[in-house]
Amino acid sequence: MAKITYVEFNGNARTVDVADGVSLMEGALGNGVRGIDGDCGGNAACATCHVYVADGWTGKIGAISDMEEAMLELADGREANSRLACQIFSSSALDGMVVTMPETQH
Amino acid sequence: MASRHTLPRDESPVEWPLPPRIRPNLPDYTAATLGDWLKTAPLDEVDIADPIYWETDTNGIFFKRLRDEAPIHFTGINTARHRGYWSVSRWADIMAVDMNHAVFSSDAHLGGITLFDMDQDFIMPMFIAMDQPKHDVQRKAVNPIVSGSNLAAFESLIRERTQEVLDSLPRGEVFDWVDKVSIELTSRMLATLFDFPQEHRRKLTYWSDISTQDPELPGALTKEERQATLLGMLQEFMGLWNERVNDPEPKGDLVSMLAHNPATRDMPPMEFMGNLVLLIVGGNDTTRNSITGGLKFLTDNPAEFAKLRSNPALVESAVSEIIRYQTPLAHMRRTALEDTILAGHHIRKGDKVIMWYASGNRDERAIENPDAFIIDRDRPRQHMAFGFGIHRCVGNRLAELQLKILWEEILKRFDSIEVVAEPERVPSAFVRGYKSLMVRIPA
Repeated sequence: MAKITYVEFNGNARTVDVADGVSLMEGALGNGVRGIDGDCGGNAACATCHVYVADGWTGKIGAISDMEEAMLELADGREANSRLACQIFSSSALDGMVVTMPETQH
Repeated sequence: MASRHTLPRDESPVEWPLPPRIRPNLPDYTAATLGDWLKTAPLDEVDIADPIYWETDTNGIFFKRLRDEAPIHFTGINTARHRGYWSVSRWADIMAVDMNHAVFSSDAHLGGITLFDMDQDFIMPMFIAMDQPKHDVQRKAVNPIVSGSNLAAFESLIRERTQEVLDSLPRGEVFDWVDKVSIELTSRMLATLFDFPQEHRRKLTYWSDISTQDPELPGALTKEERQATLLGMLQEFMGLWNERVNDPEPKGDLVSMLAHNPATRDMPPMEFMGNLVLLIVGGNDTTRNSITGGLKFLTDNPAEFAKLRSNPALVESAVSEIIRYQTPLAHMRRTALEDTILAGHHIRKGDKVIMWYASGNRDERAIENPDAFIIDRDRPRQHMAFGFGIHRCVGNRLAELQLKILWEEILKRFDSIEVVAEPERVPSAFVRGYKSLMVRIPA
């Protein structure tokens, strides 16, 4: 399990427990965290769970797949630390991780 | 047994006019008769591309059987009309095809994104019918105008236009909701997005209808007439382009954005036309039919309508449910670039593969109680009406915003809208929608 902090675009932050193996997209939806939609259900097929990963965590969340890269390419506000939350899976190694949401999902 | 692969175009070209279609031998083609027949018909004898199944809204009976009995199914009748096609009907398989753009191509030159091949004598390249990398470059040029942050600027304008349309509706008399609300609102919105003269906005509707019209239907334009009409559209838009291309800065409209963006400013005329058609159709039929469908579904499900009236905060999730339930584009098509295996079936290079979103959105394996219209589902956004992967609808946020504002304004104004007759449906396996829906708002 990991405590994950989700920061909305307006600065509101919420920290929730996400069980091991559960994606950060599911962790948000399951806990009513706003700002993540997850329309495709977790297949890296829609880019509506776009988040920015805080410094220092990128090395712990696995590499970006070709499909995730293709979807992020078309997302608004793509940055170097952009990821799809459905492709990040919780584990104790991510305890304390912070992700920030873009202004809107598209 | 006939080949279970799409006939190659060079060996079996589809000739115009199309040969007569093989239809089941039935006393009539009413919804009742077709519905009964579909319940037990041999699957191989059903060509679900036939408009009769869409005009009568009986296609769902067939898709339920496909999902259960033959989730990857080849249609090998009427091949002289469409060369044969695979139907993919389950959510998970549709997702797999939509995600695999390296194998399943959208390229216009292979036929494009609809069951019937794009007219190869009149190819209009558009990014929905392109593969990577060119697709990405052109899509990114259009993306910003329909991003959430840009749409915030449009919200008050959309609301104003919606209020005007609703306030002008007749009271105490029967009128066509499709014409007075659905078309009126979407054409105003398109004219706004293109900064096209509002007084000529119905031209946009007309061009959209011509673009997607099934050329074999009675009264349809001939190939030549259709081409001439679309060239006329191009000419009008070239006029707007020429007015705007020399502005020092692009304005906020789509024509300006295309004329100024390095990725699109040197587009050949046919490509400009293709992208215009894409944006006009994309913003027209889809939203129009979801506007009509929404009223129909809420009327058919009075308990849901009551739920919405007592809790208008449900508008957003109701809008997602309306879009799922309507699925205004019934399918998207791909062409296999290589031999591949899809859920145990050999798909050969060149085969047409149809992703039936209308079926995936009713797949019991993915959505609980999918045939029920429920405005407060747990995950209302998880539907496939916008498609998935790199070709996912670019205008989805705009569509949702338009529908959300519409229903907010309807709830504020009308205690009752009576639907007085069954709708007349569009006879098309692509655009799933309504020609008319007669209603009456009490005086």
